[in-house]
Parts: sequence; structure tokens; C-alpha cells
Amino acid sequence: MTRLAGILTVLLLAALAALVTAVALGSVQLTPAQTLAVLTGDGDPLHRTLILELRLPRALAAFATGGLLAVAGALMQVLLRNPLADPYVLGLSGGAAVGALASMLLGAGTVLISGSAFAGAMLSTFIVFGLAHGTGSWTPTRLLLTGVVVAAGWGALISFLLAVSPTEELPGMLYWLMGDLSHARRIWPAWMVLVIVVLAALPLGRSLNVLARGPMQAAALGVAVRPLEWTVYIVAALVTATAVTLAGSVGFVGLIVPHMLRLVLGNDQRIILPASALAGGILLTLADTLARTLMAPQQLPVGVITAMLGVPVFLYLLHRSR
Amino acid sequence: MAPDNRSMPPLLQLDDLVVDIPGRPDGAALRLAVRPGQCWGVLGPNGAGKSTLLHTLAGLRPARRGGLRLDGHPMDDLPRRRIARHLGMVFQDQQDGFPATVLETALIGRHPYLRPWEMESAADYAAAQDALERTGLEGLEHRPVSTLSGGERQRLAIATALTQDPRVFLLDEPTNHLDLHHQVEVLDIVRHMVAHGRGAILTMHDVNLTARYCDHLLLMYPNGDACWGPTRDMLIPRALERLYGQPLAVGQVDGMPVFLPLGTEREDAEPVQSRQNDLSTRARHKDAPAP
Repeated sequence: MTRLAGILTVLLLAALAALVTAVALGSVQLTPAQTLAVLTGDGDPLHRTLILELRLPRALAAFATGGLLAVAGALMQVLLRNPLADPYVLGLSGGAAVGALASMLLGAGTVLISGSAFAGAMLSTFIVFGLAHGTGSWTPTRLLLTGVVVAAGWGALISFLLAVSPTEELPGMLYWLMGDLSHARRIWPAWMVLVIVVLAALPLGRSLNVLARGPMQAAALGVAVRPLEWTVYIVAALVTATAVTLAGSVGFVGLIVPHMLRLVLGNDQRIILPASALAGGILLTLADTLARTLMAPQQLPVGVITAMLGVPVFLYLLHRSR
Repeated sequence: MAPDNRSMPPLLQLDDLVVDIPGRPDGAALRLAVRPGQCWGVLGPNGAGKSTLLHTLAGLRPARRGGLRLDGHPMDDLPRRRIARHLGMVFQDQQDGFPATVLETALIGRHPYLRPWEMESAADYAAAQDALERTGLEGLEHRPVSTLSGGERQRLAIATALTQDPRVFLLDEPTNHLDLHHQVEVLDIVRHMVAHGRGAILTMHDVNLTARYCDHLLLMYPNGDACWGPTRDMLIPRALERLYGQPLAVGQVDGMPVFLPLGTEREDAEPVQSRQNDLSTRARHKDAPAP
């Protein structure tokens, strides 16, 4: 318990530091004193607008997205008993992308794009789960294979939508596909989902630890395996869909954050899940700050930054784990 | 051999239980009771359904017919957590999809005793530590499970069951992957638990070890037949030869029968027949051709 408290305290302080960094950096550089003045309800009106209306909402959106993706990744890894699973492994981002792109093609507004991204993600979830569940037993391998094939189907639809879209729509679509926070609005649903899921996951943590040893062993130790697996699957899908709706398909956060935490903190889900929420938030907040400032005034999609960081880190971890 | 204690309710009772083996006709209906102090050995050839029986007894798969009672309560009426405090299962193969240390693995045996929000207490850690010491795994607490040998893994699985501290141990080939010394050590642990009022059901391949350690036997034939009873009544060479489809030679060690499989390479050998040789104590086939 004290270990958990210690780890979370360190991560909470780091999270605050990341958020302060994110609001201080940008085209107009602010000193820590100026930033603090605004955050305590003071300061220059121009700085207030800059921070409270532009940078802070965006930083909070980045934090929530990163936290959600990391938690979803951690849950998927336990569900599939595969430390290399990520939130998109079951084709969820593909479904969301088709939903979002289709509504962009029809000229829909932000709210409708978000709505159809969410609908696409959930549709993909149910297709994969229904098919993998189908007639026989539901094994992680079967679920994974179904997810990979369904994702390939979505991939074809995405290519089709890009091919038939007018040229002027393409940049927006590509940014969405790579994950981009510059259009992130309405961040409170994401924060709400994040807080609820992390709190609800704590009492389930030990059952998840047992589930990670295999369904038979878990059942023999008194875990109601099937209901728990269903819950984890639905929750992970909902969490991922929320993140994708907010920021498009930001890659690699859900894979590398829980994986790195497991290497450092061990495999107790009661620690990994809250730590993932915080560390994922920190990572994406900092990555988005880089995306805004690296080539300013040009803004990069944050997914490019996470992939550029994620691919080498992932390959290194994979190589090391052999 | 522990005496039957008829005054206590059986720890585990099989009421005309028919195991569900997919694609096979109904096997024998098993009607037997495991009482405190009893150790049951399940013998049978590969594919006779020994593991399926154990999984059914652990409540991990439904029976085709009949039911189970724990301490007299129908298992179907009991919550999973309660069952997990009564029955401890050691599987034949331990899968480790996820990295974990030896101590963490033993500690999950405490799961059925803890409330969802409870963290493991010092007493839980002590129980896990004690189980690791009894299985000879002390000093390996912080080793990742993936670096253990097959035998160490098997002992860790038994340590997890000891941490779980159930009334009945269900052990699927607990001596798998173990050298002779560790086989005896594991069976001694089982015998110790049984002597302290627990029950145990073991599936085994080694007839002689089973005969030494188990006071009751259940023989499962490939055609679905089964017979069971006290070990001394069950060690009939004819029955064992039919069980395995394998001729056996019988000897005596410490006044107990010992069985050795005989080769079938002789031209005139009939597949199922016990033959006289220097180990035999009972020449039952006087007309068998001389070697």
C-alpha cells in the first residue's frame, strides 16, 4: 500500500510538472512565474487567454487521451495475456477511423465526426467480439486473429475513403489518422471516463493479476472468469473509443507505457493501472508539447511524435525480452 | 494408510458423476466419497479422461450427469470463492503468458481469502513464504517464473496450492517433470497434508508410486469403464494389465506388490498377458510358453 502511494505521489508530481511545462511552452514563451500567476487566477489578460483558453484545454486533452490509451493497453494486455497487445489490436481504431473519415467526407462538423468515430469504434468492438465468440471457445489467439483480420478490412475501407475524397479534405483526414489534438474539444467526458475507470479498476486489480496467470488457474482460485473477461473487454473498448474520439488514433502510447511500467514496477495490476493513467498522460502531454513547438509555427500531429518515440523503444524492449 | 473417518461428512462426494468427454458416450457413473485423511490415486492410460475428471471435480467444467457435494453442500449452490477455499487444483501444465516472480505466483493462492479491495497482509506473505520453503523453493522468491526449470515450476504450482490451503487437493500429475527425489518429496508433502485431515486426488502414471502413497485408487479404462476402492483391493495385476493394455511383471518390495511393464517384442507374445519371470510372485499362466 505504501509502495503504491509512493509511486503515485511521484507520478502525480511529474504529471503536474508536465502540465505546467505544456502551458508554458509555445509560440509565446512564458516564464514559470507568469504561468503560475495565471494558474492562480492572476496575470496578464493576454497570457490568461493564451493559457486558459488555448494551451490548458489542449494539455488536459492530451493528458486524458494518453491516460486512457495507456489504461486500455494495460487492460488489453491482461485480457489477451500478451504483454505486446495494444488498445488497437482488435481493430478498434480502424472502425473509428472509418466512422470519422466517412463523416468528414460528408462535410459533417466536429461533434458528428466525434460521434461517428465513437460509433465506428464500438461497432468494430462488437464485430470482433461477436465473431471471435461465435460458435466455439473464445481464446486470446482467436480474438487476436479476428481483430487483426477485421483491422485489415477497416484498412481497406480507409484507403477507399481516402481515394474517393476531394484533395482539400485529405490533410484533415491524414491528421486524424495519425492522431492530432489541435481539434480536441469537450474534454470532460474523457476525464470522467478516465477517473471512473481507474477507480473502478482498483478493486478488480487482484482478480486481473490472477487472470493474467490463465483462465483455468483464475477459475480455480475463485475468479468468475467469463464475466471478468467481458467486463475488461467492454471497458477497454469504451476507454479506447473515448480516446480515439477525442484525438484520432494516436499510436504506441497504449503499447509502450504499460509495457515500460511493467518492466520497472512489476506486474501488479493494482499498481500498473493507475500508474499507466498518469504515465500515459505525462507522455502524451509532453509529446503534444513537442508536436506544437518542434517545427512551430507548423504543427505536427502528435501521433507522429509518439510513433517516432514508440517504434525504437518498442523494438528495443522486444529485442531485450528475447 | 489413514483410517476412514465415517463420522465426518465427506470433503468431496461424487453422486453418480458422469464426466463429459466431448464426442464420447457416457462413461461409468462415479459414486465415491473423499473423506478427511484419504488420498485417492487416479490411474488410467492417456486419453482416459483423468484430467477432464479433475477439472470437473474442481468445478471448472460441467459434468454430463450427476453432481458433486463439498462438505455435504451441492457444489452448484456454492459461490466460486467458497469453492476455491475448499478445492485446490494443480494443473498439468503451467502457462505463464505474463512475467511474474516466484513469490508473486505463490501469493495468488491467497486470492479466495481476500476481499476485492484488500491488499495481501503480512500473514499472507508468510503463508506464501512457508509454502515455498516446504517445496524447496526458498531463495528463489524474486526469480522470474520464466527462468525456472520444469521441475521448479511444478513445485511452484504445488506451493501455490499450499498457499491456497484447501481442504481437498486436486493434483493433475503432480510428479510430472520431477526427478525421483523431488517426486517423493512432493508426494510426502501431499501425504503430510492428508495426515492433517485434508483429502487429495492425484492423477498419476507411476503405478508403484501411486500404490505407495494413495490409500484409494480409481482406475479409468479407455472405454469409459471405471472401478475404485481401497488400494489393496485394486492392485490386481489382471486389472492393471487390462487398464494399460500392457503385460506386467509383478514383484514384491517391503511386502507391497511392484509392477514392471514387460516388452512386447516377442513373436509369440500376446498383447495382454502377465508372464512368469524371476520377479513374479504368482505364476498365473502355467501354460505360457517358456522363455
